Amino acid sequence: MSGERGLTRYGLRFVALFYLAALLLLPIGVALVKTFDDGIGEVIDQITEPDAIHALKMSLLTVIIAVPLNTIFGIAAAHVIVRSDMRFKWLIGAVIDMPFAVSPVVIGLSLILVYGTGGWFGADLAAQGIQVIFSTPGIVIAVIFVSLPFVAREVIPVMQEIGTDQETAAETLGASAWQTFYKITLPAIRWGVTYGIVLTTARALGEFGAVTVVSGNISGETQTLPLYVSKQFETFNSVGAYSASLVLAILALGTLLFMNLLRRRED
Amino acid sequence: MTDITTNLKTESHGIEVRGVNKDFGDFHALRDVDLIVPDGSMTALLGPSGSGKSTLLRTIAGLETPSTGQVLIGGEDQAKKPVRTRNVGFVFQHYAAFKHMSVFDNIAFGLKVRKWKKDKVKARVDELIDLVQLTGLGRRYPSQLSGGQRQRMALARALAVEPSVLLLDEPFGALDAKVRKDLRTWLRRLHDEVHVTTIFVTHDQEEAMDIAEQIVVMNEGQIEQTGSATDLYDRPANEFVMGFVGEVNSLGGKLVRPHDTEILPEPAPGTVEVEIDRVVRLGFSGRVEMLTVPDKKEVWAQLTRSELETLDLESGATAHVRPRPDAVTKDDTGALEDAFREESPATRRPIPAEPGLPV
Repeated sequence: MSGERGLTRYGLRFVALFYLAALLLLPIGVALVKTFDDGIGEVIDQITEPDAIHALKMSLLTVIIAVPLNTIFGIAAAHVIVRSDMRFKWLIGAVIDMPFAVSPVVIGLSLILVYGTGGWFGADLAAQGIQVIFSTPGIVIAVIFVSLPFVAREVIPVMQEIGTDQETAAETLGASAWQTFYKITLPAIRWGVTYGIVLTTARALGEFGAVTVVSGNISGETQTLPLYVSKQFETFNSVGAYSASLVLAILALGTLLFMNLLRRRED
Repeated sequence: MTDITTNLKTESHGIEVRGVNKDFGDFHALRDVDLIVPDGSMTALLGPSGSGKSTLLRTIAGLETPSTGQVLIGGEDQAKKPVRTRNVGFVFQHYAAFKHMSVFDNIAFGLKVRKWKKDKVKARVDELIDLVQLTGLGRRYPSQLSGGQRQRMALARALAVEPSVLLLDEPFGALDAKVRKDLRTWLRRLHDEVHVTTIFVTHDQEEAMDIAEQIVVMNEGQIEQTGSATDLYDRPANEFVMGFVGEVNSLGGKLVRPHDTEILPEPAPGTVEVEIDRVVRLGFSGRVEMLTVPDKKEVWAQLTRSELETLDLESGATAHVRPRPDAVTKDDTGALEDAFREESPATRRPIPAEPGLPV
C-alpha cells in the first residue's frame, strides 16, 4: 500500500520535474551558456548596438503605456463583471477573453484593416498626420490588445471571493463609492492586481506575432526586443540574438522579483 | 467603565416602518410590514430562515429599497437618503472586518472618512476599544482575533460614528454556543449603557427572549406578532407564534405547551391515549416522553418532581394526556410543520436537555 503510494508520488514528481527540465530549463540554460561563448565583452558589445538599444527602448515604451492602461481597464472591467447587475456583463467577459482565443497574427492583421492606409480610419488619421501602422502607435495598440485580459482575469476571482460585506460595511460607515473602492476594495484585491500586472508585463515584453504584422519590423525604428532577436537570428548573428534574449529574460525576471519583494515586505 | 460611556451617549432615534413591501421578482420578501421601534429600545426580529427578517433589517438600513412603503428614522422619511448618509450602525453576521486594517484602523474608519482630526480620532477609538474590552489589542489584525473579539470590534466600529440606530444581522450566528451566550449578555449591558435604538435579527428564540424588550415574530415576509417575551409566550397570536416561541406538542389537533400537558391514568373528556416511552428526572423537574396511540407521534410533558412521584409512571405503560384546563392552546392546522420543513438544519431547535421556562 505505502509502496504503491510512494511509487505514485515519486512518479508524479519525476514527470513534473522532467517536463520542466526538458521543455523549459534545458533550452534556456543552453541559450544562456551559448550567449557567453565569445566572452562577456562580446555580449556587452552586442547589447549596446544602437539598434539593440533602440529595440529595448521601444519595448520599455510599450510596457510603460500598455501596462498602466490595461491595469486600470482590467480593474474597472472586473468591477463591472463582479459587482454590477448590468444585463450584458457576460458579453464583456467574453470579449475580454478574445485576445486569448485569437492568434496574435490575426490581431495584427485586423489592426491593419482598421488603421492601415486602406483601412477604416487609416486615411483620416493619415490626413491628420498620424501614422499608426508601421509606427509606434500601432505597436502600442497591438501590445495593449494582446495583454488586455490578464489583470481582469486575475482580479475577477479575488473580487468574487472577498464578497460585498466589507464594501457594504464601509458604505454604512459613511464612505463614498470612491472611498470604498480606494480604501477597501483595492487593498483587498491588491495581490490579484499585482499578479495581473506581472503577467501583463511579461506578455507585453514578449509579444511577437501581432507586433511583427503592424510594425513592419524596421531596424532602429519599429523594432521591439523580440523582433530584434528574431532579426539577429535570421541574419546569423547568434550571439546578438542570445544577448538580446538575455536582456528580455532579465527584464521579465526583474518584474517578478520586484513584485515578490513588495509582497515579502508587506508580510 | 461607566465614566467612559457617559461620553458615548448618542442622539438616538426611534424607527417606524409603514406598509413596506419588498419584491424580488416574483418572490415577496416583505408583505405589508408595519413596525414601531421605540427610541432607545432593543428589538429582536425573530423568525425562521427566509422569513424576511434580514430583508427588513437591510431595508431599514437602506441596503434594500422597499418596493412600496416608508421607513422613518427619528420621524424623518429615509426614502431619499442613501446608505452612507443614513447614519446607521450595521453589524454583519460574518463581521465584515476590514482584513487589511488593524483593530484601531477598523474602528477609526468611519471617523476618518468624516475627516475627524487625528487626535480626536485617537481619543474616540481608544475609548471604544476599552468599551468593547479589546484594550491592548488595537494594533492586532482581524485574523489575529477570535470570532467574539472580531464581532466586538465590528460593534465598536459601528458605534464609533455615533449612529442614530444600531442594526445587527444575526450578530452571534457565526459563534459557538458559549461565546454566543456571553456576547449577548454583554450586548444587553452595553445597550443599557449606550441606549442607542437597536434592532437585531435572530432565529434563536432564546436569544430574542433573553435580551430584547420587544420581539417581532416574522414568517413568510409578514409580521405574525409584536410584543414582549411574556406576551408572545402567554398570548401567542396564532399557531405559528405559539410554535416558534417556546416548545409545543400537537395533541388531538391542538398545540399545547409541554408544561400545560396533563397526564391522567384513566381516560377522561378530551384525552388522547399514549404509551410512556421514557421518564427523565432532572432534579426539581422532569420530562415524560410519550408516543400517541396508534399513530406514534412524539409528545412530551414537563412535570414537577412531586407530580412525577404521584403519577409513578413506568416506560411501556399506557396513559392519557390532555391540555390542562387553563392551558394556552391553538388549533394545529399543520402550518407550523410547513414553516419548519423548509428550514436549514442550523435553525431547527433541539429539545433542550433541561426544558427551562422563559420567565
